[in-house]
Amino acid sequence: MSEPTQAGAQREEIVLNMGPHHPSTHGVLRFVVHTDGEIMRKAVPEVGYLHRGLEKLAETQTYAGYMPFTDRVNYLEAMFAEQAYAMAVEALLATEVPPRAEFLRTIACELNRIANHHVTLGCITMDLGAYTPFVYLLREREGINDLIEALCGNRITHNYLRIGGVSYDVDDKWLGQLESYLNHFEPIIDELVALIVGNEILIKRMEDVAVISREDAVAWGLTGPNLRASGQDWDVRRDIPYGAYPQFEFDVPVGPLGRGQAGDCNQRFLVRVEEMRQSCRILRQCLAKLPEGDIKAKVPKMIKAPKGESYASVEGARGEMGCYLVSDGGKNPYRLKWRTGSFSAMSIIEHTSPGLMIADLVALVATLDVIAPECDR
Amino acid sequence: MKPVEIHAYLQQKLDKQIEWNEGEKSTGDPWAVIEADGWVDACLVTRDDDQLAFDFLRSLTGTDRPDDGKIEVVAHLWSYSRRHAFVLKTTVDRDAPVLASLTSIWPAAVWYEREIYDLLGIDFSGHPDLRRIMMPNDWVGHPLRKDYTEQADYRGIPTSRPGYATAVPEKVDE
Repeated sequence: MSEPTQAGAQREEIVLNMGPHHPSTHGVLRFVVHTDGEIMRKAVPEVGYLHRGLEKLAETQTYAGYMPFTDRVNYLEAMFAEQAYAMAVEALLATEVPPRAEFLRTIACELNRIANHHVTLGCITMDLGAYTPFVYLLREREGINDLIEALCGNRITHNYLRIGGVSYDVDDKWLGQLESYLNHFEPIIDELVALIVGNEILIKRMEDVAVISREDAVAWGLTGPNLRASGQDWDVRRDIPYGAYPQFEFDVPVGPLGRGQAGDCNQRFLVRVEEMRQSCRILRQCLAKLPEGDIKAKVPKMIKAPKGESYASVEGARGEMGCYLVSDGGKNPYRLKWRTGSFSAMSIIEHTSPGLMIADLVALVATLDVIAPECDR
Repeated sequence: MKPVEIHAYLQQKLDKQIEWNEGEKSTGDPWAVIEADGWVDACLVTRDDDQLAFDFLRSLTGTDRPDDGKIEVVAHLWSYSRRHAFVLKTTVDRDAPVLASLTSIWPAAVWYEREIYDLLGIDFSGHPDLRRIMMPNDWVGHPLRKDYTEQADYRGIPTSRPGYATAVPEKVDE
């Protein structure tokens, strides 16, 4: 973008703090914006306000006792963190998870993905000035929260998964509720598309704005919808299969879709809309194929993982959610590290921001779907 | 390629012996250990070699090993084109932790190395912006070190409260 010139105008760099309490900063986070008029020279994210030391805390907990903490990595996609952690411990223990438990994990995760995208898409539109879709989407999210509450008793931080399986089984009544939710929700996606995806004002705010090339996205470690929007055909569920995913058919939406170019804000938005459809498709297949059997493998009460280390990753709603676990043979993890999509997405902002308008920073942050607690951990 | 094959290929490519480890029961992931002075060269080969082509730095982190007087740095690599993974490690001296930065190879390392610098105290030479990231700039100590003790107060604000649970709970006993 070329800088606007005006005869006799004074050029001066102003340093502007955006946040930590700004409505569009997705949690407590601050941008130090170096700006000349409306055009930014750069925006530097300052994070750490929500650093809760979840990695250090792991070193003081038993393996089973750390499970509720994983929910707090990101309150919007708690199931994915649970699954990444469970998979990392199971890899060290060489535990086989029963097929029914794998299906239940998939159901929980895909429901969680849809619920997360409700918030994401709602926040994107709200940050760009449209309040109504956010309220509609939160209403739909309540349906999922109710389902998950009936499943495990918790609405947000679920603590549903266990090492070796899941904590509660489902009955036919619950599966019926899930099916009626899907019957209700799938047409809503079309309604949503009609309401916001085709909205010219919204498209103008996102189309060709803050383009991230495929090369940049790979080099900076973007993952998930942000990476796919930039044109890299990649999905952990399909390409490094885990759990029950090899048994399902689903498409991986990759940019460019619709208007705009690969890697712009509109693509990051559209990829997420399409992902909700694919999640519904996976959930329908789960309903059709759900096997009978145990929901938890036999694991000792006091887990002691053998010396060694493992890295497990799942396709979270914000990209690759990875859990790196080191064991020294004791009762506590020796070291645990979370690799999250928001951390990488936050790190690319300084690189992408030069030349953008200040208002476009909001679009970039919203469509990258960075969320401060997941970044800070 | 499987990790074992990547290890053999890398040994041949770098023309030296590379330490190879796996867990006690061979569960989890195996890893290779490079000496610290060859860290950047080895990483550059893994990215640029056509057979390896590790273009994605999934994770870069560290583990404190006070018993050995070392801090491990571990990189989890992935190749989109070759579709394989590899775990590469190096160790630095715990009392004088300095390591060359990987930021010129994978820009993703910019924030990962800041985090390691902040929480484990490794000084990355050649890093463009080495500042604390999670803790305040004037914080004392590196929390992920095993012998870390939290400072009693920060700018006059006590970091613990009498009568309340401690910020970091005690280790779980038998």
